[in-house]
Amino acid sequence: MNILVCISQVPDTTTKVQVASDGISIDKTGVKFILNPYDEFALEEGLQLREKFGGTVTALTVGGDTCKEILRTALAMGADKAILIKDEHKNDSYSVAFQISEIAKTMNPDLLVLGRQSIDYDSFAMAPMIAELLGLPSISMVSSLTIDGNLIKAERDIEGGKEVLESSLPCVISAQKGLNNPRYPKLPDIMKAKSKPIEEIPSLSTHARISTMAMQLPISKRIGKISGDSESDISDIVLALHEEAKVI
Amino acid sequence: MKHIIVFLEPKDEHSLKRTSYEAITAARQTGAQITGFAVSGTETVLQSAAEYGLQNVVVAQHPLLHQYSSTAVSEALSQFATSVQADTIVISANATGKEIAPRISIKLQAGFIPDCNELSNDSAMRPVYAGKAKVHVKSNTPITVYSLRPNVFTAKSHPSAGITIGSFTPNLDESHAKVKVISILKNEGHLDVSEADIIVSGGRGLKGPEHFTLIENLAGTLGAAVGASRAVVDAGWRPHGEQVGQTGKTVSPSLYIACGISGAVQHLAGMSSSKFILAINKDKDAPIFKVADYGIVGDVFEVLPVLNQKLKALLGK
Repeated sequence: MNILVCISQVPDTTTKVQVASDGISIDKTGVKFILNPYDEFALEEGLQLREKFGGTVTALTVGGDTCKEILRTALAMGADKAILIKDEHKNDSYSVAFQISEIAKTMNPDLLVLGRQSIDYDSFAMAPMIAELLGLPSISMVSSLTIDGNLIKAERDIEGGKEVLESSLPCVISAQKGLNNPRYPKLPDIMKAKSKPIEEIPSLSTHARISTMAMQLPISKRIGKISGDSESDISDIVLALHEEAKVI
Repeated sequence: MKHIIVFLEPKDEHSLKRTSYEAITAARQTGAQITGFAVSGTETVLQSAAEYGLQNVVVAQHPLLHQYSSTAVSEALSQFATSVQADTIVISANATGKEIAPRISIKLQAGFIPDCNELSNDSAMRPVYAGKAKVHVKSNTPITVYSLRPNVFTAKSHPSAGITIGSFTPNLDESHAKVKVISILKNEGHLDVSEADIIVSGGRGLKGPEHFTLIENLAGTLGAAVGASRAVVDAGWRPHGEQVGQTGKTVSPSLYIACGISGAVQHLAGMSSSKFILAINKDKDAPIFKVADYGIVGDVFEVLPVLNQKLKALLGK
């Protein structure tokens, strides 16, 4: 089974976000970039499926040179091959999905695995977009997956429960917590990954379909009434929930 | 924005999902013409949208739509949008919308603006970086697909004189239905955090799984869902489905009560868009208090029983 795992590099969760001077993106000064946390589940699933069925795992990302770092993480975890589509700008979800789908067409993978969302733009868009561009079925937010021959059976989280779905290979899935427990790369593998080749592919130009006009930091509108734990304090809070917030 | 197609999802035999009414309200406020689009639902269910101002609904009819398939639904909606020359599609960013909205945007060569929390006639605002920033986004294409964050747009009553229900027959074949839902496993007996209006969440401050009865009791009084921090889920005290935050669920309830949760960035990422937040923690410097509307600095073991008793008194329980 040939598996293509699409990953992305994102600012660390604990990043303090500041708006850059262009007014439409974040200031990257001093920001630590990491492998998108959901992509760890995607990589792990790809590796486990290869261990079960044989084949290859290729890790692919779209971005600048700094993204080689996450490709090296993928190689250290056990990916066979790493590809970087060199596009510093990543205009919108569509342009990223388009470039991935064009490369995927040349590889004919049996399965594409992604994280359910990247924690920068939180769009949840990539798996269905890539699938649609490739004319493939997709299942998003998968928390359980079994593959038998060409048949895929998956569970995904929905509001108030789970959906059980059936599909067939080739297919695109997006992974989430519960699907597996991602492995930590071992030190010798991390060292070996440093010298493995990363294939670089030039960006395929696309027109962005959406544009960010402005980025702002949200203004906190919280009431911020912090009190002690006496009975009368608690009574006041209950009253405020009822009369001020009107939520009870 | 001239003609909006709003995707409608039935909840049961009586009504649509709340997120569908939210989408109708958001669409109505742009002033554009609106047509509801559904692939299932009885007349009673579809008529219920009149309460929120909808006047036209179209139901797609096709054997391949009898068993839910995200690919078939996306194709049907896209064909309908094309047939009526709609320029805008509005879909809730719930579990269904997260699968169909991006697909529809590709089919219609449309800009896709996901997870919006404000919608205007020509653009939208949406949170990014887990709510640490927000962006104003515009589409560059003749057609635009917007998905709306659940629980953010309040469904407002605005009764229309009545609803006309029409039908549409899409042109579908098996190639449009390569993925199918074969069953749904409902969480029986408890409310899910992603559907709840009030959530009571517990963290490591509860000191052990057995003490979650304090959380469950309070949730019971309020008709709330039980939530949990990553720490307690990873420790095996609570199931994954209850986890709020990064790698868990993102929620926007009317009231979020955080009990014994310090407020790690990963947790805040999942609940900071709640309308009101009450935090209970014995550490007055806990980061959770920085995002709280109301805070009680105290021991959860002492505060929760008193809070529960006072809420019961207020609610006459």
